[in-house]
Amino acid sequence: MSLLLPSIVNGLTTGAIYALVALGLTLIYGVLHIINFAHGSLLMLALYAAFFAKTLLGLDPYAALPLLLLGFFALGYALQRWVIDWASHGRDQNILLVTLGLALVIDNLALFFWTSTTRTIDVPYAFEVVDLGVALVPLPRAIAFVAALVLAGLLWALVGWTDLGKAIRAVAREKEGARLVGIRVEHIYAMSFGIGTACVAAAACLLLPTFYVTPQVGYAFVLVAFTTVVLGGMGSFLGALVGGLLLGVVEALCGLFLGESLGQIGIFALFILVLLLRPTGLFGARLA
Amino acid sequence: MLEAEGIVKRFGGLVAVAGASLRVEAGEIVALIGPNGAGKTTLFSIVSGFETPDEGSVRFDGSELAGLPPHAIAARGLVRTFQIVQPFAGLSVRENIAVGAHLHEASRRRALAAAEEVAARVGLADRLDEPAQALTIAGRKRLELARALATRPKLLLLDEVMAGLNPTEIDAIVAVVRAIRDGGVTILLIEHVMEAVTRLAERVYVLSQGRIIAQGPPASVIADPAVIEAYLGHGAAARLEGASHA
Amino acid sequence: MRHRVFGAALLAALGVVPLVTSSEFWLTFFLMALLFALLGQSWNVLGGYGGQFSFGHALFFGLGAYATGILQVRHGVPAWPAAIAAVAIAAAVGAAVGALVFRYRLRGSYFALVTLAFAEVARILAASFDYTGSGFGILIALAPGAGNFQFADRRVFYWLAWALVCLGCLVALWLERSRFGARLIAIRENEAAAQALGIDPLRTKTLALALSGGIAGVAGVLYMQIFLFADSHIAFGPTMSVEALLAPIIGGLGTAFGPLLGAILLHALGEVARHATGGAPGLSLVLYGVLLIVMLRFLPDGIAGLARRRARG
Repeated sequence: MSLLLPSIVNGLTTGAIYALVALGLTLIYGVLHIINFAHGSLLMLALYAAFFAKTLLGLDPYAALPLLLLGFFALGYALQRWVIDWASHGRDQNILLVTLGLALVIDNLALFFWTSTTRTIDVPYAFEVVDLGVALVPLPRAIAFVAALVLAGLLWALVGWTDLGKAIRAVAREKEGARLVGIRVEHIYAMSFGIGTACVAAAACLLLPTFYVTPQVGYAFVLVAFTTVVLGGMGSFLGALVGGLLLGVVEALCGLFLGESLGQIGIFALFILVLLLRPTGLFGARLA
Repeated sequence: MLEAEGIVKRFGGLVAVAGASLRVEAGEIVALIGPNGAGKTTLFSIVSGFETPDEGSVRFDGSELAGLPPHAIAARGLVRTFQIVQPFAGLSVRENIAVGAHLHEASRRRALAAAEEVAARVGLADRLDEPAQALTIAGRKRLELARALATRPKLLLLDEVMAGLNPTEIDAIVAVVRAIRDGGVTILLIEHVMEAVTRLAERVYVLSQGRIIAQGPPASVIADPAVIEAYLGHGAAARLEGASHA
Repeated sequence: MRHRVFGAALLAALGVVPLVTSSEFWLTFFLMALLFALLGQSWNVLGGYGGQFSFGHALFFGLGAYATGILQVRHGVPAWPAAIAAVAIAAAVGAAVGALVFRYRLRGSYFALVTLAFAEVARILAASFDYTGSGFGILIALAPGAGNFQFADRRVFYWLAWALVCLGCLVALWLERSRFGARLIAIRENEAAAQALGIDPLRTKTLALALSGGIAGVAGVLYMQIFLFADSHIAFGPTMSVEALLAPIIGGLGTAFGPLLGAILLHALGEVARHATGGAPGLSLVLYGVLLIVMLRFLPDGIAGLARRRARG
C-alpha cells in the first residue's frame, strides 16, 4: 500500500499536464469539430520556444509564459485561417489529413534544425518539493496542477460569459445560423484554434521545468491528448480536466503493476474501450 | 404481404409514431399520406429496418422483421427509397443501378446489363454513362427508383418520389410506377402530390401526428372531414362545407 | 482508360529495371519504391476503395514482419511457411479489428484514431517482452538460400516485390469490377443507401480490412526477409503508417496504379532531399508533409485521380 498513494499522487500531477494539453484540444474540437493532429507538434514547438527563451534570453519559463501565450495564439490563428482552411476546402476527411501533414512538417523541421538531442533546462526550483504527507510532489508539478484547474476555469468563463464565448458557442452549435446573424465564422474558427494553441503554450511552460524536449515529444502527447478529450466528452472542459487526471492515474498504476514500459498501455486500452463503448465520453457534453 | 401493427416510436420526449397500423396486400399500390411531420418517413424507416420501434410489430410475407438490420430486410425483398435522394455521387448512372442489381447478381457483367435494362424501364437509358452527380432532381429520383428496382424487390417503399417534379415529369413517373406494379412489384408510397395519389393508389392511409386517422379508397379519404382538418386546420371541414352550400 | 495504360506501362518498365542497370543504387531505390507501393496498395484497398482512413496500418505491416521473424527465430519454423503464417495472422487481425471497430460503427476521424491506438499498443507490447525482442527487435540469422527466403542476389527480391505489386494492382482492378468491390465502393459513397440495397456494411468493411491487412502483412514479410531485422519502432511505428497512406493519397486514391505512382514520387523526393542535405534526418518527411498539404488543396484526388477525372470529361 505504501507505493500506491505516492503512485496515485504522481499520476495526478502527470494527469494535470495531460489535462492542460487536452484543454486546448477540447476547445478546438468543440468548435471546429476537427481532430487536430498537429496539436502535439505545437506542444513540442512551444517546449522548444520555452527552452530557447531560457537558454538564449535567460527567461524563466514562468516569465516567458505571457510571451509564448501571445506568440502561439498568433501562430494558431494563422495556421487555421491560412493553412488548414485553405488546404482542406473545409472537408472533414481532408482536415484530418492536412493536420497530419502539418504535424509531419513541424515534427521533422524540428528534427532537422534541432536534432534529436534531448534538451532540458536548469532551474533552481526544479528540485524543490511540496510535502503532502503521503507523498512528495516536485514544486513545478504542484504549480502545474493548480494551473490546470485555473486554466480550465478561465476557459469555462471565457466560453460561458464573454461575448467572444457567445460567438464561439453559436458557431459550435450551428455554423450557418451564426453566419446568418453576422458572426464571421472563419474568424471565430481561427480565434478558437489560436486560443487552443495558446493553451498548449501554457502547458509547455508549465511542463518544461520537470520534463525535457525532443522532436518526438509531440507525437508522444498526441494520442494521450486525444484520449483525454474523448474520455472527457468532446467539448467539455471539466471532462478534459477529469479525463486528464484519470489518465495520469491509470498510467501511473499501470506502470506500478505492469512495469514501466507498459505504463502507457493502460491509456491506449482505455482509449479503445471508450471509443467503442461510450464515444460521447464520461461527460458527453458539447461545447454549446 | 406487409403487416405493421401498433407501431410506436419515440425520440426522446417526442412521439413520432403513436400507434399506427397498416396492411399492404400483394400486387397493390397503397399510398401513405399526411401533413408534414406526421411521421410517414419514420414509419418507412421502421418498416425497412433503419429504426427500431418502441412497440409494435412488422410482418413481411408472414415473418417478423423486428430487430433485423436494413440490409437483411432489403435482401428479403422489402426495399426503400429515400426522401432526400442518396445517389452514389462518384459513380455513373449505370454503376449506381448495378449496385442494386448485385443483390441477386454475382457477375459484374450481368449486373451491368441488368442495370441497362432497368434504366430503360425508368427512362434513364440515354444517361447511363453520365455521372450521377450531373443528373437533375428528376433524374436523381428516377435513379433512386431504378436502383431499388434493380434489386428485384417484392415490395417497394417509395418516399416522395414525385417531389420537385413538374407535371410532365409526374406524368412520366406515374406511368413508370404503374408499369412496375404491373410487372409484379407491390408498392407502398408516401406522397404529397395528390394527383399522383389519386391516379395510382387503390387504397390510402392518412397519418396525422403519428396516428392513422383514415383509410380507404382515395376519393373517400380525401373527402373525409378528419383528413381535411388534419391538413387545413381545425374547423376547415365545416368552413368548406359551408362555402360549398353558399 | 488512359491512366490505366500509363500505369500498366510504368509497371512493365519497372519489370525490366534489373536488366537495364547493374547499379546497386537504382536497384535498391526501385526495390524500396515497390515495397512502399505494395504497402500503399494495401491501404488503398481500405482507404481508397472503402473510404475508411486508417492511421495505424503499421499494425499489419509490423505483424507480418514480426510474426515471420519470431516464427523463424524462436520456433525454428522454415522461412516460407513462416511467411504464409505471418500473412494469415495479419489478415486475421485485420478481420478481428474490423469486426470490433465496425460493429460499433466507428467512422472517419474516430476510425483513424482507433487504428492509430491499436498500432501504438502493438508497438509498446512488442518493445516490452523478451519474446518479441523487447528493445532490440527481431534479427533473423543470415543464411542465403531460396529455401530460407533469403537471396544473395538482390534482383530476386526485386522481381518478387515486382510480382507482388503486380498482384496488388490486379487485386485493385478486381475491386473495380467485382461484386465485392462494387459493394465496398457503394458503402464508401453512401452507407445508408448501400444498406437499403441489401449491402451489409459490417461484413464488407471487415473483409476489406482483412484483405488490406493481409497485403500489408505481405509487405512486412518482404521487408523482414530483405533486411533480416526489424524493431518495434520500424515495424509498428508512425513512420510506416504515414508511408502507407501517403502513397495512395498522393498518387490517386481509389485507383489501381495510384499507390505505385505515389510511392515512386515520394521515394524520389526522399532521395533528392537526402542528397541535398547530405543525409540529415527529417527533411524528406517535411517535404512529404508539404506535398500532402499542397496536394489536398489543388489535387484532392491525387495525381491518377486527376487523370481519371479528365478522362471522364
